[in-house]
Amino acid sequence: MNPMDAIKQTYFQECDELLGDLERGLLSLQDGEGDNETINAVFRAVHSVKGGAGAFGFEALVAFSHVFETALDEMRSGRLDPSPAVVGAMLRAADVVSDLVSAAKGGAVVDEARAAALAAELEALTAGQDAASAAATAAAPAAGEAQGDEWGFAPLKIEIDAPASDGDWLLVLKPAAAMYANGHDAVIFLREIERLGETSVELDAGALPLLDALDPEASYLAWTVRIEGSVEESAIRDILDFVGDDCPFELTREGGAAPEAAAPAAAAADDFDISSLLASIKEPAADAATAAPAAGPAAASAARSDAPQGEGARGGSAAPAATIRVDLERVDRMIDLVGELVINQAMIAQRVTESGIARSSNIAMGLDELEHLTREIQDSVMAIRAQPVRSVFQRMPRLVREIAAATGKQVRLVTEGEGTEVDKTVIERLSDPITHMLRNAVDHGLETPDERIAAGKPAEGTVKMAALHRSGRIVIEVADDGKGINRPRVRDIAVSKGLIAPDAVLSDDEIDNLIFLPGFSTAAAVSNISGRGVGMDVVKRSIQALGGRISISSVPGKGSTFSMSLPLTLAVLDGMVVSVGNHTLVAPLTAIIETLRPKPADMRRLGPTGSVLVVRGAHVPLIDIGMALGWRNTPIDPAGAVTLLVENEGGGRAALVVDDIQGQRQVVIKSLASNYQSVDGVAAATILGDGRVALILDVDAIIERRTAMRPEPTLLAKAS
Amino acid sequence: MENADPLSTTLELISFRIGEQEFCLDIMAVREIRGGAATTPLPHSPEFVLGVINLRGAVLPIIDLKARLGLGKGEPTERSVVIVVRIGSRLVGLLVDAVSEILAAEPNMIQPTPSIGCDTVTRFVRGILTMDGRMVSWIALDEILPVVEEAEAA
Repeated sequence: MNPMDAIKQTYFQECDELLGDLERGLLSLQDGEGDNETINAVFRAVHSVKGGAGAFGFEALVAFSHVFETALDEMRSGRLDPSPAVVGAMLRAADVVSDLVSAAKGGAVVDEARAAALAAELEALTAGQDAASAAATAAAPAAGEAQGDEWGFAPLKIEIDAPASDGDWLLVLKPAAAMYANGHDAVIFLREIERLGETSVELDAGALPLLDALDPEASYLAWTVRIEGSVEESAIRDILDFVGDDCPFELTREGGAAPEAAAPAAAAADDFDISSLLASIKEPAADAATAAPAAGPAAASAARSDAPQGEGARGGSAAPAATIRVDLERVDRMIDLVGELVINQAMIAQRVTESGIARSSNIAMGLDELEHLTREIQDSVMAIRAQPVRSVFQRMPRLVREIAAATGKQVRLVTEGEGTEVDKTVIERLSDPITHMLRNAVDHGLETPDERIAAGKPAEGTVKMAALHRSGRIVIEVADDGKGINRPRVRDIAVSKGLIAPDAVLSDDEIDNLIFLPGFSTAAAVSNISGRGVGMDVVKRSIQALGGRISISSVPGKGSTFSMSLPLTLAVLDGMVVSVGNHTLVAPLTAIIETLRPKPADMRRLGPTGSVLVVRGAHVPLIDIGMALGWRNTPIDPAGAVTLLVENEGGGRAALVVDDIQGQRQVVIKSLASNYQSVDGVAAATILGDGRVALILDVDAIIERRTAMRPEPTLLAKAS
Repeated sequence: MENADPLSTTLELISFRIGEQEFCLDIMAVREIRGGAATTPLPHSPEFVLGVINLRGAVLPIIDLKARLGLGKGEPTERSVVIVVRIGSRLVGLLVDAVSEILAAEPNMIQPTPSIGCDTVTRFVRGILTMDGRMVSWIALDEILPVVEEAEAA
């Protein structure tokens, strides 16, 4: 990758974050929670996107974000009220910016008509505010157009030429004692400033007393730094802003040229001066025509200057924790290695046990220590990959807006628990199921505004998307306050598609869960939103492939809730190692409620082949794992075996019959699909202490096969 | 990848034996050759999938090439060999009786597969190589794995 590509890559990564900030800010404005800082953050986000885009010559992006930025600036200066209509337009504008960024990446195609329409809308918003002055109204769009035309290259030109004529900066630094007390050091600032360009530093030690009067903790020194004039004021200020009041400083430009320098300087110090710049554009009509093109380059240099500044600004608004960007491949490599370490450690432990060394020996104790450390390393490495689900959640408001617009429904999306952390690999795969659940909620769940009003509900429907940790898993819930599942209709469809017998007696819960059956799609209502050829069954399968579960609960007239739970990481799992025949298998501990050796009296035959186990009064189906996996044709006698009482997400229970339990251990999950394909009844594979591969049971799939078999005797015969 | 411009380059092929017949593979697809290892069988798998093994931390499926080519079930013996090949992004082990030699073949030595009305042959043999009176079938790897279910379409 050449250096330019690498920089571009970094820019796109930043864009993703900035777009997230942008959307988040606008949403909180929409909810009426935003304050001036929020508006500033939104402004900065657009500004930084624009800045980088200018540097890379993404003209369409620069042009659009400029118009957007102008409107935001009006809002920032209080001239444009963040009313719902305005924020709504801005949210749509944010979508366009996002599209334009994708287009710049070489991805999606931009709907240019939409972009143009929104740009016009934003311009109208900007202009509309100054209706008092007709000249201003004319000037603002003029500014937009002018920049739209000659955008891309102008900023760079001015950037290089204009500041060169400026006088040098004079910076007088007088650190207070408090600055040193807080652990800062003037040397660091001086070094940073030196990096900006040519500098010369003079020390003013005039205040330094004689040694006997010297207070070692006081501050006596001051510096005068001369910095070359082409350095951006904001760059200097950024360095010093860091210490705030502890280090008072004066920054002045040396020499004359003050009036000419004003425009670039003003542009550079973007935080306070863009508004005045815009104000200057809106001077009487005679000037408007000339002022507008001039404003383009000037504002552009602001954009450029903000590229480095954006970093600091963001750091300030978010938690100021120090972070580094690391190539994901390196982290993955480390995780793989730690996985190997865990396997190796287990192998050694096994060898030691086999060799008959006493538990109390030094070796065994050293191994315990090693195991402890290995676990800790593993946890820490996993924590590196843990990320808040925010990155997925923040893509969703846009989706909901689009579906709402397409279906003519009014939707408010409420999100909770965006900060919930989960492994990156899980995050990446959350997006599709959540997208699907949201589509379903808006398209099928919510009613049209008229229907809602008729039902005595507010016209605007609410969809709630929440993430939370529950017993070592992450749970994502998507709830709507719509009409709930239409059970008679679902049932009719299932019958007409031959999924259930016409006379089958099903509980409400079972009917709700019919929508997850393969082949079930509420085809009568298929729209191009939900009906993308992907049914809920595929969603369910993809979730299950991750070791997750999905369930639904619904109250007619009140709404439905989809909830899916996924493991926090896809890399390790606590499992119970069991034997079935001469095979060794691992059952995920999360699914196991208890293990028991059943008494013959507790087992009852049911039907020709089935049998159930009585557990504290409840009848639980017995499933012989060897048979379920097709490894034997006759079940072993459960009386001599061990059963694992397991439960799936839907609360369905089963007793899995295995020959014996070998022990409990943490295993590293290895995908079967990466070199082969997924196998029914098997969630993944792992490598045991002896170096052999063991399969990890997919408990849900095994229980489900059994339940799904019930209405179809032929299936039952085939699968057993 | 396997088919790097057959007009200009000499092909390097690795030949191996299954029963009485000789086969070969493009050497570029071969990652390593190792002895047979105990496999962990997979449930609900076709007969030619012997199971999976641990190859330095990766889980590798082992295909019984004899069964895959419809030549009967291969019995892993002490002398059988696993050829680890890359098929697309996947690493797969192929169990064969013995590896013979590396052949250098000019493209013009390869004849199209004669049509003998056998589906297995048309699917898995991409050409026939004659050398010193021997006939070596060039194996096409693309369809060696069982058909992947549509689950990934989501």
